[in-house]
Amino acid sequence: MSRQSLAKAHQKIQELSWEPQYHEPYMKYGTDYTFRKAAKKDPLKQVLRSYFPMQEEKDHRVYGASDGAIRGNMFRQVQERWLEWQKLFLSIIPLPEVSAARSMPMLFHVVPNPELHNGQAIQMIDEVRHSTIQQNLKRLYMNNYIDPAGFNNSLRNFHSDYCGTIGRQFAEGFITGDAITAASIYLTIVAETAFTNTLFVAMPAEAAANGDYLLPTVFHSVQSDESRHISNGYATLLMALSDEDNRQLLERDLRYAWWNNHRVVDAAIGTFIEYGTKDRRKDRESYAEMWRRWIYDDYYRAYLIPLEKYGLVIPHDLIEESWKQIWEKGYVHEVAQFFATGWLANYWRIDGMTDEDFEWFEYKYPGWYDKYGKWWENYNRLATPNGHNPIVFEDVDYVYPARCWTCMVPCLVREDMVMADVDGVTRTYCHEVCRWTDVEAFRPTYQGRETPNMGRLVGHREWETLYHGWNWADVVSDMGFVRDDGKTMTAQPHLNLDPSKMWTLDHMRRCPPLQSPNVLINEMDDAGKAAFHADYIRQGPAGRPAPENA
Amino acid sequence: MTTTQRPERSVPKPTFTDAEAGAQEFPDSGASARRYNYYKPAKRKQTHYEDVTVDVQPDPRHYLSQGWIYGFADGSRGYPLTWTKLKAWGVDEPEPERGIGSGGRHVADWPAHGWHEFRDPNEEWEMTFYRYNANVVRQVNQNIENARVLKGFDNWTPNWVNFVERNVGAWMHVEHILGLYVFAACNRSAPTNMHNTAIAVNSMHKIRFAQDLALYNLTLSEEIDGFDGSAHLDAWNNDDVWQGVRKVTEALTAVDDDWGEMMFATNVVFEPLIGELFRSNLVMQVAAGNGDFVTPTVMGAAEYDYAQRDLRWTQACFGPLVQDREFADHNKQLLQGWLAKWVPQALEAARTLQPIWSLPDAKPPRFEDSLDRAKSRFAGIVSDLGLEAPKELNL
Repeated sequence: MSRQSLAKAHQKIQELSWEPQYHEPYMKYGTDYTFRKAAKKDPLKQVLRSYFPMQEEKDHRVYGASDGAIRGNMFRQVQERWLEWQKLFLSIIPLPEVSAARSMPMLFHVVPNPELHNGQAIQMIDEVRHSTIQQNLKRLYMNNYIDPAGFNNSLRNFHSDYCGTIGRQFAEGFITGDAITAASIYLTIVAETAFTNTLFVAMPAEAAANGDYLLPTVFHSVQSDESRHISNGYATLLMALSDEDNRQLLERDLRYAWWNNHRVVDAAIGTFIEYGTKDRRKDRESYAEMWRRWIYDDYYRAYLIPLEKYGLVIPHDLIEESWKQIWEKGYVHEVAQFFATGWLANYWRIDGMTDEDFEWFEYKYPGWYDKYGKWWENYNRLATPNGHNPIVFEDVDYVYPARCWTCMVPCLVREDMVMADVDGVTRTYCHEVCRWTDVEAFRPTYQGRETPNMGRLVGHREWETLYHGWNWADVVSDMGFVRDDGKTMTAQPHLNLDPSKMWTLDHMRRCPPLQSPNVLINEMDDAGKAAFHADYIRQGPAGRPAPENA
Repeated sequence: MTTTQRPERSVPKPTFTDAEAGAQEFPDSGASARRYNYYKPAKRKQTHYEDVTVDVQPDPRHYLSQGWIYGFADGSRGYPLTWTKLKAWGVDEPEPERGIGSGGRHVADWPAHGWHEFRDPNEEWEMTFYRYNANVVRQVNQNIENARVLKGFDNWTPNWVNFVERNVGAWMHVEHILGLYVFAACNRSAPTNMHNTAIAVNSMHKIRFAQDLALYNLTLSEEIDGFDGSAHLDAWNNDDVWQGVRKVTEALTAVDDDWGEMMFATNVVFEPLIGELFRSNLVMQVAAGNGDFVTPTVMGAAEYDYAQRDLRWTQACFGPLVQDREFADHNKQLLQGWLAKWVPQALEAARTLQPIWSLPDAKPPRFEDSLDRAKSRFAGIVSDLGLEAPKELNL
């Protein structure tokens, strides 16, 4: 279909726009935003007559590449260090994708612009595509990669693992609560417009550098859809901005969505890109450099700042703070170290860092070795079972962290940790913004304004709570992270598949019981809590205990 | 001439890792470990469709040990089972209670409730729905293009031109509203990923067909002198004969918070009694006699969507609920109530549409005969579901 005829066709389908005459559709989802009916154009200009064949053609390319990868023995040159992290990533991502599909009707209900609904419906279809095409990619890895453990039980694992729960924010956040907060600001304005750049562009490039060209094939195909979804969010945002009453809510939601995406996506993707790669060329971009390019320049400076003139209050302070977290406070390094500390609670194998890795980190992040080098040397020393316990129980100058109630990533930049008594319990937060999110933003009133549609943060948000007091062998068994011999663990702190080098439930049995930081904190009196906090914020970097005489 | 030495390009170096299946033996290296092992397939062997669909949407009654982590303001969270009044066995059982030291309390006896037994018999996922819909639009385009080249529209009588521009045109609005505000609107509502994906695919069929009709209308505007491309709007907005259909179509979008009722009323009641009545028992019957060999092929594609695909998943969804081991009576009573509520509305709309049967020069079957066929088809669908045709059918 020519561009000219496509424009004409798109104009024609606008005649389908519906204005109810006898019955208004049931309004299942609510928002505290208000919208005037406005003649915003459908930014996607997509007609299904051309859309379906286009997507089919994209599919042919993806499945052709999949076939080629197998015939070409791609897995003989895939880096295990990389593919192991895909066990986490590909267990998470199909849910956010399908949740994005599920979120679209929330927008039909609250955005009174039938023309935009066409674009939202196409986004719905795209998102179903993404979810199933990613499940299919994982299936291919499971069938062809040397170690299927972790891929084969990925959705059970994802649903019960703490990393999965962190990742689930990037799904439930799209579909629950105030419809605009969830499906527009959190999903399309921030997650898709800002952070899919690192997810679906930067990360696939790293996959290719690690011998995996299927991930780029699938995810670039996905990203070609995402770029259209960004337009959906932009059109809705402009409609919201046209009503001044919305500006307070927009400011709130942009702060929440930005910070939460930074905490969650930078934690995960930063770790995959920095610690999951074997490509240590000095001129390849670090995650920090990618972030500066894709998120700071492309999103913040080129997309967000121009919206200021329409009255959008941009969270400049949080964007600078996020950069500071990544560049100065080692956020990604702290997260990767924590994942590796807690390898035994996961379902993938985590490779140690080598001298070549150390050199690269020191080059890209001067001062890295002094902070993290010694700990990673200990990680390698303690990688195979040899009479000792996993690293989390050994004396390696690392204090197991408290978990952030809001973003559920542990409070790893120790100096930033804050505590609050909320709803009858004491909670820890990784940063003041996460405290604000729970205590002020996700509440039925905001700065004195009624916000009856705002969602709630619920659930058992600290994973350790469920297993407080349990023996680790029972924890791992209960979660199902055990291989088919009934004793060897799915997770390992190394890549050696020699069974004699692999950790088993017997090794776990002799470890100290699991202790929930949140349960322990809530058993303290007020003075104990204050002392805990005072000590905690003096800890770090790299999880080091607070200096005794400081 | 001088040559300059180009600096060595910085590119990642391929490395032989031997990380392919079968390269080593260790726990979980065997073929039996190369299958998704977290769900039970509906049949003996798990299907590709199940692999990419089942359990993507989690459930606290299965592995979701930390529970849903976001809630609505009213306290509901995730995909509440109460978003339809229909019940599948097990839904009244409480979720596992989890807390300090509880462990994950994963539900070993799976499925925990009957909703998880549903599988879309069309086995739709992205590969299938793009291939299917791409084939449909290609075929429809080719049919229309062929008619255009052969000057097939020249044979249409003025009366038939008028019929198509107004009445076939009006139907695009029905499909669009159902596609967006009934089906797409419900893809957030059902309790499993299998349901919601089937609903999303159903919505694609509807939205695509609405656009097929709109773009067919555009072609006709370009090909037929005097074809009024905006007449469908007048028919839909102002013509009395269409207001009954419009009223019931809009009513389907307004069902009070029950995705099950919306799906059931649309695919079990509206589609056979109004959709097929109009598409199959009127337009497809009468077009050839009026010199039109194209419109039935456009309509026919949508008829296949419904008869061969959308109805299939609907039967697989609702049929087992009527036989449910715990809630069969509850469901049957509810579904019979929905039949009693929607059938009179559908019949009233059908009868309001009756005058258009007399518009074409070459007459279609009598309206009463068409309606009888539609009623008979409807009664068969209802009977297949294990329900009884409501007495209102005889009105």
